[in-house]
Amino acid sequence: MTLAAPTRTPASHARPRRTLRLGPVSATYRRRSLVVPVLVLLLLLLVAALSLGRGDYPISVPEVLGALVGTGEDTVRFIVLDLRAPRVAVAVLVGLALGVSGALIQTFARNPLASPDVLGVTGGAAIGAVSVIVLGGSGTTAAGVLGGLGLPAAALLGGLVMAGLIFGLAWQSGIDGYRLVLVGVGLSAMAQAVVSYLLTRSALFDAAAANVWLTGSLNGRGWDQALPLALALLVLLPAALATTRVLGVLQFGDETARALGVRVPLAQLAVVLVAVGLAAFAVSAAGPIQFVALVVPQIAVRLTGGSRPPLLTSGLLGALLLTASDLVARTALPETFPVGVITAVVGAPYLLWLLVRGRRRSTL
Amino acid sequence: MTALDTPGTAQVRLAADRVRLAYGDKVVVDDLDLQLTDGSFTAIVGPNGCGKSTLLRALGRLLRPTGGSVLLDGRAITSRSTREVAKVLGMLPQTPLAPEGLTVADLVARGRHPHQSWLQQWSSDDEAVVTEALTWTDMADLADAPVDALSGGQRQRAWISMALAQGTDLLLLDEPTTYLDLAHQVDVLELIARLHTERGRTVAVVLHDLNLAARYAQRLVAMKDGVLVASGTPEEVLTEQLLAEVFELEARVVPDPVTGTPMVIPVRRLRR
Repeated sequence: MTLAAPTRTPASHARPRRTLRLGPVSATYRRRSLVVPVLVLLLLLLVAALSLGRGDYPISVPEVLGALVGTGEDTVRFIVLDLRAPRVAVAVLVGLALGVSGALIQTFARNPLASPDVLGVTGGAAIGAVSVIVLGGSGTTAAGVLGGLGLPAAALLGGLVMAGLIFGLAWQSGIDGYRLVLVGVGLSAMAQAVVSYLLTRSALFDAAAANVWLTGSLNGRGWDQALPLALALLVLLPAALATTRVLGVLQFGDETARALGVRVPLAQLAVVLVAVGLAAFAVSAAGPIQFVALVVPQIAVRLTGGSRPPLLTSGLLGALLLTASDLVARTALPETFPVGVITAVVGAPYLLWLLVRGRRRSTL
Repeated sequence: MTALDTPGTAQVRLAADRVRLAYGDKVVVDDLDLQLTDGSFTAIVGPNGCGKSTLLRALGRLLRPTGGSVLLDGRAITSRSTREVAKVLGMLPQTPLAPEGLTVADLVARGRHPHQSWLQQWSSDDEAVVTEALTWTDMADLADAPVDALSGGQRQRAWISMALAQGTDLLLLDEPTTYLDLAHQVDVLELIARLHTERGRTVAVVLHDLNLAARYAQRLVAMKDGVLVASGTPEEVLTEQLLAEVFELEARVVPDPVTGTPMVIPVRRLRR
């Protein structure tokens, strides 16, 4: 692998682009877009190690690392690997999925307010999950089917069905970003209404449980949630990264993109499918954790510069935000809050600070 | 006039063959024939809403004809892949959209998209072509400036630089001088004329300013209500009679004191 040093051409001031070459593979990069994700990754590892150590039985970071590589006491290894690691893994994976999904959707819709919530994924998932919680014990046929499905699967199904609906309504020989967002807002409002109806019809205990799910929580999450999500990411993350080059051209609008040789409807379909898939799996694992997919890409693009949210950095930053928020939610507060509360409290002020500080307009 | 401009003696690169163009049920252009020969510089003129931009979009494969066909090098353009077309035919829409924060160098680099693959994202050829395009359009000093911080004239230059980097034989431009002051209109048209003369590009451009069109283009095509009314050298097309017929304008046509090409002096709007 060689990183070509930029050389100045005497005839012009145009700087050659930094190019990464690896055999037949070549791609351009800019320095800041390499440094930022590395720093975020290091920070993420640190926070994850801290999170694995903190709890009713405190373990130091070196001991945590020891347990991860297989040394150390059995008790410590049990606590780190079996009790705490699954939850941290879910936090990292959910954050990763939401960050990348948000970056894809915001770039695609050319709108920083777009997020999986707007695309109806969250609303549909909420209908699925709340149905299971509320109707699960009612003994009806629907309850039997839903109960057999399980909550995460019902949420996943609800999210995908809703996304498909929005897709169908927004599709006009291609997808217009604004139309997609508007259709999404309309259908999300309807989903909200359905969820509210279900909640009013439910028993108090069920309503409380549903509310916790609706805030987004990592409580009680483990390998059962982490494994499907990890498998989904294994497929969807490379797919997302593969759309990078075409995303850069789609940003110019449909006509210019076509003139540059992009099969626009196909590319749009690929981008939105990947984004919706990522969001649906994330929501099914941890509930609709608000704000991560919305705020993280905007923070990422302000850290790296450039014309659109960087995918990988958004993902890593999402993982960092969620892991850190979970650490705070678990340990720093007198009682355990759902992580969704903390992500909003941590993420929103940071975005506002970046907005106030930067001269960049709040558009993409 | 060069011999290249006369249809029949030079190879036809792009042709509209009895095309009918419609948005939904509304037919905008019907039964139109047009041929762009290799190395020609054509300006399409006509009143607002006459279908000239629609025609250009069809020539650029952005709009599928509902009748007839558009032929690129003799083959139906709709039967070719988007990428294949994008290597031969470049097109700049009327007000192209650049995302905020994108630098001029990045914009021009995107012009290489049809020549790249997923593995080979950036070759040294791409690098050389982009550097050359920036230098040739005099944008090298602004390579690292964000496109949204440029003036209208510079921005148009940046887009033309991208089209140059795309390396297509044919280039279609939809009203590239819109929103520019006169000095920048001349500047942009000079650049396009140089693309034609120095780089051998076959150019078709939709223009509103008849005097500038007559000065820079070898051939004018006048449209009205979706029909091709006249086609030929600026002298042949820009007559007082045609201006009355196509633009409903009473005007004098005198030789341009600088270039000798026809110059339109409007008198008054003709009411019908």
